[in-house]
Amino acid sequence: MIEIRNLNKIFGVNPVLRSLDLDVARGEFLALFGPNGSGKSTLLRILAALARPTSGTVRIGGWELPAEAAHVRAQLGVVSHLPLLYETLTAEENLLFFARLYDLPVAERADRVRAMLDRVGLARRAGDVVRTFSRGMQQRLAIARAILHDPAILLLDEPYTGLDQDAAALLDELLREVALAGRTAVMTTHDLRRGHQLASRIAILSRGKIAYDASTDAVSSEALPTLYADVTGAVTNR
Amino acid sequence: MTSTREQSRTDIHADTPVETQAEVPPQVTPAAPRVRKRRRPVTAYWRVVGTIAWKDLRAEMRSRELINSMALFTAMVVMVFSLALELDAQARRSVVTGVLWVAIVFAGMLGLSRSLAAEKDRGSLDALLLAPIDRSALFFGKVIGNLLFVLVVAAVLLVLLTIMFDMALMKPLLLLVVLLGSVGFTTVGTLLASMSVHARARETLLPILLLPVVLPLLLSAIRASSAILEDLPTVEWRSNLELLVIADVIFLVGAYALFDFVVEE
Amino acid sequence: MTTYAEGRTRLLRNLTYAAAILFVLALLMDFFYVGPEAQQGEAQRIFYVHLGSFLGAFIGFTAAVVAGIRYLRSRDPKWDTLGLSSVEVGLGLSTITIVTGMFWAKPIWNVYWTWEPRLTSVTIMWLAYAAYMMLRAGIEDPERRRRFAAVYGIVAFSSVLFTVIIIRVRPDTIHPAIGPTQASPEGEFEITPRIRDTLFFNLFTFGVIAVTLIWYRIRLENLFLHIERRKMDLLSQEG
Repeated sequence: MIEIRNLNKIFGVNPVLRSLDLDVARGEFLALFGPNGSGKSTLLRILAALARPTSGTVRIGGWELPAEAAHVRAQLGVVSHLPLLYETLTAEENLLFFARLYDLPVAERADRVRAMLDRVGLARRAGDVVRTFSRGMQQRLAIARAILHDPAILLLDEPYTGLDQDAAALLDELLREVALAGRTAVMTTHDLRRGHQLASRIAILSRGKIAYDASTDAVSSEALPTLYADVTGAVTNR
Repeated sequence: MTSTREQSRTDIHADTPVETQAEVPPQVTPAAPRVRKRRRPVTAYWRVVGTIAWKDLRAEMRSRELINSMALFTAMVVMVFSLALELDAQARRSVVTGVLWVAIVFAGMLGLSRSLAAEKDRGSLDALLLAPIDRSALFFGKVIGNLLFVLVVAAVLLVLLTIMFDMALMKPLLLLVVLLGSVGFTTVGTLLASMSVHARARETLLPILLLPVVLPLLLSAIRASSAILEDLPTVEWRSNLELLVIADVIFLVGAYALFDFVVEE
Repeated sequence: MTTYAEGRTRLLRNLTYAAAILFVLALLMDFFYVGPEAQQGEAQRIFYVHLGSFLGAFIGFTAAVVAGIRYLRSRDPKWDTLGLSSVEVGLGLSTITIVTGMFWAKPIWNVYWTWEPRLTSVTIMWLAYAAYMMLRAGIEDPERRRRFAAVYGIVAFSSVLFTVIIIRVRPDTIHPAIGPTQASPEGEFEITPRIRDTLFFNLFTFGVIAVTLIWYRIRLENLFLHIERRKMDLLSQEG
């Protein structure tokens, strides 16, 4: 589904991603860990066709980035640490706006939006302006926005940022039951435990390269922090 | 339609599991948009332009942040000019078009940087860029939204100046000049504002970037407006009006070609 | 540890000598080859430097447009280096244009400065490229800085076109022009063969000077980038 070969991204003279290879199979949920500056956000932005690689090839569902980005975009849903919503519009207006941009059929738009609001538990607040929402509610609406057009691939960039425990737990539940539902997904996060719980595969990014890559079953949740410190530390003291 | 690409594309959907569709209420079958999208990955151009402009208007009508501050700002510009220049009737006649355009430009810049800064800071610009839409459609959507704000300001100004400077400003030709000038100004302004929002001192950078580029356009607009106000014969303002049209066309085409490079990383 | 081939360095050195010799010759022509002009007298001599430096600036700004387009196409940073270097040289040379113009205007128009279309437009042009430098200084991410600079380098060229064209179309300019205009400028003069020789020689000289300066500026920028890269390498070895 996602196929990355020899990907390089250089900011000025500073290499952020260095000849990175990565494949994500259909239906797989990859959790991407890594310290700040390891390049995981950049990697996600490249997958979302928001940034272009300096060199290397990226293919998503057979389409090549950035040349065929238009085809890829319709297949992507993105949840970021920013809500990506309009504060002064209501929840419903926000979703309707994106339904138009994603060209959902006119006849289905309103129903689809209402159904999505219902799924993320915001039906009662549909007519309220997003500014009045809590961070957790905004993030739930962001999930509704991301899967509104039923994308095949979901990209999650630090979705837990700024959420309290309850909101994070609710987000977990939503991700598992509604958003993922067998979609291919890539998530970056600092939260090792959450990533381990949700994902089917774990990768650790360090200094622009994949330093560790295995199925979730290969390492226990308890052992992960030690492994993480080893992997990121080992490469740093190379 | 039968290329390998198309097939691999179709495969994307094939793996979307059955549970998803079962969970989505039955009336919302996602199959329909997929069939349509296969032919056209990008949402129809002018529909996107309209949707984005509508969104800006809708948000603005609710908050009225931008319009209120722009309108108040223009009122103050008019006040400051009147007081600072201690204008008598004769002086008012000679400076009115200057005041008109200075106020439009400064209020316009206020609106431009706010409109794009809001998109960038909330991350909604990313959301727009993630959508399968043509980038220039996004650009023209923003231009139309911004243009409407600038025109509202211009209308307020025309009324204000008519009353406070006691002059008949509501001439069709003058309105045409205002429209043409505003189109050029907003087009370049939107392009440059989408760059300046990424800078450290963005509020000061926008005027620095924008003014030198639009000053020629502005000079033509001011000259044409003055000549029309004075009821001078057609030859006196015709060339300036033509310059305005030419500048508008150049700016529209240029900004259309360059906007892609500004938003894409 | 040189970053440049010996051959290129020699070529640049020779070009520098040529530019210096040409400049001295051009000045000698300005002062001794052409006599004082019939109406303007000695003051007219500065005109050769005035127009020459404008041509140099024009070359710089045009190069910035070409570099901008090439950069946006290829994303090769070398085009950005060319763009930056050309704009800086153009900015310097157009400063000379403006200053020499003021010295010329004092005896001929009796003021250093007047709000005349040509002067206004050349000032706007200067401001546009000063803004280019501000834009570069204001954007931190190098990739984005290059991209925006390329775009603005292209947009700013509209002010150059405006300056070049305005003298032909505005009837109210008092600035002299070579060739047909609608205006009746003050300070116009007849072109004698000697004046023409001197003018073309100055134009050629400033063309060579502009290219030489741009080349030096590119080298300087490359050295900066080289140092930057070495720093990054050292840091990553330590870290």
